[in-house]
Amino acid sequence: MTALQVIFLATAAMILFSAWMVVTRRNLVHAALYLVLTLFGVAVLFVLLEATFLAVVQVLIYIGAIAILMIFAIMLTRRVASDDTVVANHNAGWAAMLAVLVFSSLVIIMGAWSQFTTFASPLTRPGVPSNELGQEIVAELGQSLVDPDAYVIPFEVASVLLLAALIGAIVVAWQKDK
Amino acid sequence: MDENIALIIEWVLKAVILAFGLITGFAYTTYYERKLLARIQIRIGPNRAGPFGLLQPAADGIKLFFKEELIPAQAYKFIFVIAPILTMVPALVILAVIPWGESFELFGRQIALSMADINVGVLYILSVASISVYGIVLAGWSSNNKYAMMGGLRSTAQMISYELALGLSFVGPLMLAGSMSMLDIVRAQQETAWYIFYQPLGALIFYIAMLAEVNRAPFDMPEAEQELAAGFHTEYSGMKFALFTMGEYVKMIAVSVIFSTLFLGGFDGPAIDRFVLLGPLYLVLKVAACLFVMIWVRATLPRLRYDRLMAFGWKLLLPAALFNIFITAVLILLFDLG
Repeated sequence: MTALQVIFLATAAMILFSAWMVVTRRNLVHAALYLVLTLFGVAVLFVLLEATFLAVVQVLIYIGAIAILMIFAIMLTRRVASDDTVVANHNAGWAAMLAVLVFSSLVIIMGAWSQFTTFASPLTRPGVPSNELGQEIVAELGQSLVDPDAYVIPFEVASVLLLAALIGAIVVAWQKDK
Repeated sequence: MDENIALIIEWVLKAVILAFGLITGFAYTTYYERKLLARIQIRIGPNRAGPFGLLQPAADGIKLFFKEELIPAQAYKFIFVIAPILTMVPALVILAVIPWGESFELFGRQIALSMADINVGVLYILSVASISVYGIVLAGWSSNNKYAMMGGLRSTAQMISYELALGLSFVGPLMLAGSMSMLDIVRAQQETAWYIFYQPLGALIFYIAMLAEVNRAPFDMPEAEQELAAGFHTEYSGMKFALFTMGEYVKMIAVSVIFSTLFLGGFDGPAIDRFVLLGPLYLVLKVAACLFVMIWVRATLPRLRYDRLMAFGWKLLLPAALFNIFITAVLILLFDLG
């Protein structure tokens, strides 16, 4: 085993363990902290794949914004340090089934892919020195998000969804009697 | 193999120098602040320990070492213990991407005056800064004390609100330099002019947001002494308390370094192309000037009321930051700057 594989296995084990803890903790703040650990593990996986940009954005958005907002909401709405959360409801069976279904179909699809078991070679591109490659890729990512031939439609759909959520939040928080 | 060992030694040395520099910097920032505050309030300030009171930080440190450390019986022990560490570590590692100068030659090796010049340096700074709120919010929560809890909540709300404006004010220098690497941003400023002249509004927004980000007056809501009994670190004592103070001052230094690099030309200064080693000196001088303004603001302005603080962040600072990006983009296109 190479050092990279050891790090990958340790990270994957940490992700699985903390993901399990997220759904089984009765204390919501603890669950949220395990969620942070899970998200951090995913960031480590991105680093292992040499996707520095994605790793940094993962930390910035998920750990720095979303998870902290969750913790904030839990602290505001729940009694501090109460352990009375019900962990499972009657949909638990369905959720487990769905998870198994998605996981197994992912494994089957990936297994059918011819390059699944080959090692990926490091990213190279003719004419671009390796230390500027990262910058190049990030620029291409940004351009493809607004390119009609690439991802402009998913990008716009996502922004409409976000706008709808924003309006929804305003409506929910609106004081009707004023 | 020799090359690898030399590289490891170089990195370790640089890391140790940076960490020790920051910790010494922390000790003397407290002294700087106390002396300056005293002068502004027509007092003398610390003057007993050593000449001009210069040994005062050491005396404070020794005192805190011998203090008893209390952990409240109802606290969540593990989180209570790691919270000060979580505050301290991001403050120390955030400066890894800051360039202190161009590279120079020593014993036949090119030595770069920065820890790591990564191509997403700006994003790295933002993401590490966004983690640093965890230490405070967890300290507040794990103390199991309503004052500490309120302090933790306030700081979360405040940091989330001002982080947006802070992140958006990074975008101006980034667009002008056309790169997210801090070294490229400094080089671009050497070619044109310091970005505080191109980006006066951006620099102002950055400065205000960074005061809020490090919980300095007039945004020191999380630890408002009069109403919250010191806020999130009410239950902390001894070295754990010292770690919080240390985190706060190291963060002050860190954001000053970032401000200097983005808007004041970083290590740029007279004769920098002939004497590379002047770079760190110039940067330290700029940081000292930034810290001076921070302390001056603390001595001058009263604390904002909490609702005003949130309204200011969301209704004034955030739109102003967005407007700044828009104007910068238009001007770059008009005058072909970028």
